[in-house]
Amino acid sequence: MGVDIATRVLPGIGVCQELELSSGRRLGIVTRRSGLRDLVLYDDEGDGAAVDVALTDDEANALAEILGAPQLTFRLAVLQRQAEGLIVEQLPIPRNSPYSGRPLGDTQARTRTGASIVAVLRHGAALPSPTPDFVLQAEDLVVTVGTQVAVDHVARILDGTDTTAG
Amino acid sequence: MAAGGGGETHVAVLLVELGAILFALGVLGRLAKRFHIPVIPLYLLAGLAFGQGGVLSLSASHDFTQVAAEMGVILLLVMLGLEYSASELRSSLRAQAPIGVLDGLLNAVPGAAFALIAGWGATAAVALAGITWVSSSGVIAKMLSDSGRLGNRETPAILGVLVIEDLAMALYLPLLTALLAGGGAGRVVSAVAIAVGVVSAVLIIATRYGRHVTALVSAKDNESLLLGVLGLTLLVAGLADELKVSAAVGAFLVGIAVSGSVAETAAEVLAPLRDVFAAVFFVFFGLSTNPTQLLPVLPLALGLAVVTTATKMVTGYVAARRAGIKRRGRWRAAVTLIPHGEFSVVVAALAVGAGAEEKLGPVAACYVLISIVISSLLQRWPDRLRSEQFPGR
Repeated sequence: MGVDIATRVLPGIGVCQELELSSGRRLGIVTRRSGLRDLVLYDDEGDGAAVDVALTDDEANALAEILGAPQLTFRLAVLQRQAEGLIVEQLPIPRNSPYSGRPLGDTQARTRTGASIVAVLRHGAALPSPTPDFVLQAEDLVVTVGTQVAVDHVARILDGTDTTAG
Repeated sequence: MAAGGGGETHVAVLLVELGAILFALGVLGRLAKRFHIPVIPLYLLAGLAFGQGGVLSLSASHDFTQVAAEMGVILLLVMLGLEYSASELRSSLRAQAPIGVLDGLLNAVPGAAFALIAGWGATAAVALAGITWVSSSGVIAKMLSDSGRLGNRETPAILGVLVIEDLAMALYLPLLTALLAGGGAGRVVSAVAIAVGVVSAVLIIATRYGRHVTALVSAKDNESLLLGVLGLTLLVAGLADELKVSAAVGAFLVGIAVSGSVAETAAEVLAPLRDVFAAVFFVFFGLSTNPTQLLPVLPLALGLAVVTTATKMVTGYVAARRAGIKRRGRWRAAVTLIPHGEFSVVVAALAVGAGAEEKLGPVAACYVLISIVISSLLQRWPDRLRSEQFPGR
């Protein structure tokens, strides 16, 4: 942490965020309303773009995942160490799970158990902070944070052996 | 091509003409993309080529294109309003007001002066002032994004100038409309007073009660959203026109009042419609301008373009310096503000349509074309400035 981010509003277009790196270089990210992103490296004078790489929404997300994944694992490890009594587990979605192919919100995991689903691992990639409309697939690994009891409860919900229907 | 006598023949000719126009515009759009030039001048040239006294003349589709052109203006303006949120407008207004005043003085005065020297009278002077005042936010936004300058530090200053111009237009257009309608100082003052009142009211309503306006058109599916926004826009534009406040301003204000995610979706679904009708608007303007009138006004348009290129550059340079931008960025901001486009054409069409000095049409056409050519020629110049400044790099 501790990176300074300056934000500039671009009326009618979107927003530009500028990061001052410890090397002294500066990096800009333009987020357009259309969803396009621009990755900007500034020139020697500092005001203008020396390089501007336009990214589609998908490309930007892929980049964010690659850059963010180690950070996520690290943060989870810290969380695990700091919060006594809390555990992090990767719970599988079995093929016969009642929630395979359904949105995450349908599980009502947080309401029913108190545990939080912080990420989903799919094909080896981490998809952090899934929203309730995120659709689960068989063989996903659901990263769940909570007490041992709560996490076990979520596991039962996901494999369909939970009897206390929500 | 003459209009057919029978009803069905007429429809057939209309469809053929309209189809030919739209298809040709599609080809021009591809050319523009291939050569990285703005498409507006090509549309204007196409209209000039096919209009009265041009290479070919189209008659059957005249009535239809006239209505479509009106819709084009309304759609251009409602989209402009949708793109800005009320809070962006207010913060730009606060931060950039002095630059907005400088921009208005430096760039409107040459237009007014040229018209007065040419002896066209006060109303035409106000119209020509508007034509030279407002830069093309469409052309400039496209240019900034194509050349990868959105992340540049001077860009917010440039966009700030454009925002203020667009907002000022909401006061300027009713003034011009009232002047064109005639009826003395009383009418003009009351039209401007109404406009000031309505614009401030809409800004306040949009920031405080934008949710309610948005709720009028908010719909789960895009089809009803499209119809809702379009319907509301035409309704308000029509009422504004009836009150002589200018239909375009009505549409602009609807765009501002609709906010949040509904505005984003509305902009998405309206964009294709805007593209079609705005293209027809530019062509129609070209169509109704006699190309033989272009040559006599060329020196005037050229002089105007040279003078206002200089004044626009001063505006951009000062705006960027005020934002703390270094030398190269200042010159980039200076050359970016040069192109004029949609708004100049809107003003000229309004003025000529209301029977003001008819040379305003060809002057505006020439002026827009020249300003875009000058700006394309100067675009890369600030980058060259760098290699001269720092030969070692």
